[in-house]
Amino acid sequence: MTALAEGRTHAREIAGTVVDPEMPMLTLVDLGVLRDVTESGARVSVTITPTYSGCPAMATMRDDLVHALTDAGYAEVEVKISLSPAWSSDWITPEGRRKLRAHGLSAPGPSPTGPVQLNLAPIRRAIDCPRCGSADVRLTSEFGPTACKALYRCNDCLEPFEHVKEI
Amino acid sequence: MDDHESVYDGLLGGDASQWAFGTDFEDPLAGVDTTIPAGVDGAALAAYCLMLGDDALIYAHRLSEWTSNAPDLEDDIALANIALDLLGQARLLLARAAAADASVVPQMPEGSPVPAEDALAFFRDEHAFRNVGYVEAVNGDFAVTIARLLLFSSHRLALLQRLAASVDPVLSAIAAKGVKEVTYHRDYAGRWFVTLAGGTEESRRRLVAGLRTVWPTYAELSRPTPVETLAAEQRFGVDPAVLTDEVDAVVDHVLATAGLERPDLPPSGTGAMGRNGRHTEEMGRLLAEMQVVARAHPRGKW
Repeated sequence: MTALAEGRTHAREIAGTVVDPEMPMLTLVDLGVLRDVTESGARVSVTITPTYSGCPAMATMRDDLVHALTDAGYAEVEVKISLSPAWSSDWITPEGRRKLRAHGLSAPGPSPTGPVQLNLAPIRRAIDCPRCGSADVRLTSEFGPTACKALYRCNDCLEPFEHVKEI
Repeated sequence: MDDHESVYDGLLGGDASQWAFGTDFEDPLAGVDTTIPAGVDGAALAAYCLMLGDDALIYAHRLSEWTSNAPDLEDDIALANIALDLLGQARLLLARAAAADASVVPQMPEGSPVPAEDALAFFRDEHAFRNVGYVEAVNGDFAVTIARLLLFSSHRLALLQRLAASVDPVLSAIAAKGVKEVTYHRDYAGRWFVTLAGGTEESRRRLVAGLRTVWPTYAELSRPTPVETLAAEQRFGVDPAVLTDEVDAVVDHVLATAGLERPDLPPSGTGAMGRNGRHTEEMGRLLAEMQVVARAHPRGKW
C-alpha cells in the first residue's frame, strides 16, 4: 500500500499523531483538542479547539496538522476552529493523563461544575507528586509557564512540578 | 532536506517573504459560522464587540507591562497569563466585529497580509477605540494593579456569564470560554486584595490608596451606552447596568473579608467617554508603544 493510499484511509489516525507543541508527550487526541476529521478524496478538513482563548500553540498545531497530512499525500488540508463547547480539562483522555504523569506532570482533577464561586481561600487540590507519589505538596503559583498549568513543589522529594489546571 | 529539519521553516509558516506576520497569522474564527442571527443588527453587533474587545486588548497591554517587573516571579507569570487570556479574548472579539461589519476595519495598503483583527488592533487611531478609560490608566504600583484587576474581573465575569446566553452563537461561545479564564483572574485579584489588606501597615495603606485611585473611573464600566442598550434589546449583548447588584455583592464580600469600607468617592465623569472614543492622555502613549512596529511595516516586510 502506498503512503498516499494509506493516508487517505487514515486521515484521522494521521491527525491523531500530531502532538501538542507545549506538552509534546500528548497528542492532540490525548489533549482533547482534536474535534473532528473529515476527508473527501485528496481533501481533508480538521477541526480543533483552543484550550484557552489566548493559547499561542494554536498556530503551531495548525501548521503541524497541515504538514503531517500533506506529507501523507493530501493535496488540500483545511484546519477549522471550534469554540463551542469550550474545551474542558475533562477532555484529556485517560491515556493523556497517564502520559502526563509519566513525564512528571500532574493531571487535572474533575473540572468545576455549577455556579462560579469566588474563592478567597488558599487553593486546595487533592493531588500528589508525580515523581514520588507524596500527597504533601504545596502550590507555588496558580499560574505557570503556559496558560493551562499551575506550579507546585513536593514537600517530601522537594522537586517542583507542573499541574494541569481544571477548567 | 526535509522541511521539518529546519526550524526556520516552521517559524516562517511557509512564507518567508512576510515573516513579521508569518508566525501566527490566522483567523481565530477560521471555519466558525459567523452569519449574523435574525433580528440582530450587524453594525451594532460589531460596535458592541469592539467595546468588549478593546477593553480586553488595552487592559491586556497594560497588564503585560508587568512582565519582568512584578514583585516576584510567580506574580510576573500570573499577570502575564491574565494578559494572555485577555488578549485571546480580544482577538476573538475583534475578529467577530470584523466578520459582523467589515466597514469597521481600517483600509490597509494593497498586498498587506494584515488580517482584520490586527488591522483593528494596530491601525485604528485613538478616537476609534471603544474601551473604557478604566483599562487604559497606567498601572501604578502592585496594589493599584490588584485593586483595578479585582473590580475589572468581577465586572467582566458577571458580564461574560450573561453573555454566554447571547443570541449570537459566536459571542456566546467566546463568552462561555472567557468565563473559565476570568474566574481564575478574579480569584487571583481577590486573594491578593485580602492579603495586602491583612499584611503590613504599608501594604494596607497602599491597597487603600490603590482602591481610591481606581474607584471613581470604575463606574464607566456599568454606564450603558446606546450600543449596549440596543445590544440588550436585540438579546445579543448585556446592559452593563443590570450587573451592578451582582458585582457589588462580590466586591462587598471581598471588602468585608479584607476589613475595608467602600471608598466614599463619587464617580468621575458622566456619560460615555472611552466608549465614545474620548480617551485620556495615557491612552496615546499606550497606543504609540503597542502600534509602532506594525505601523512601521504595514506590509510585514523589512
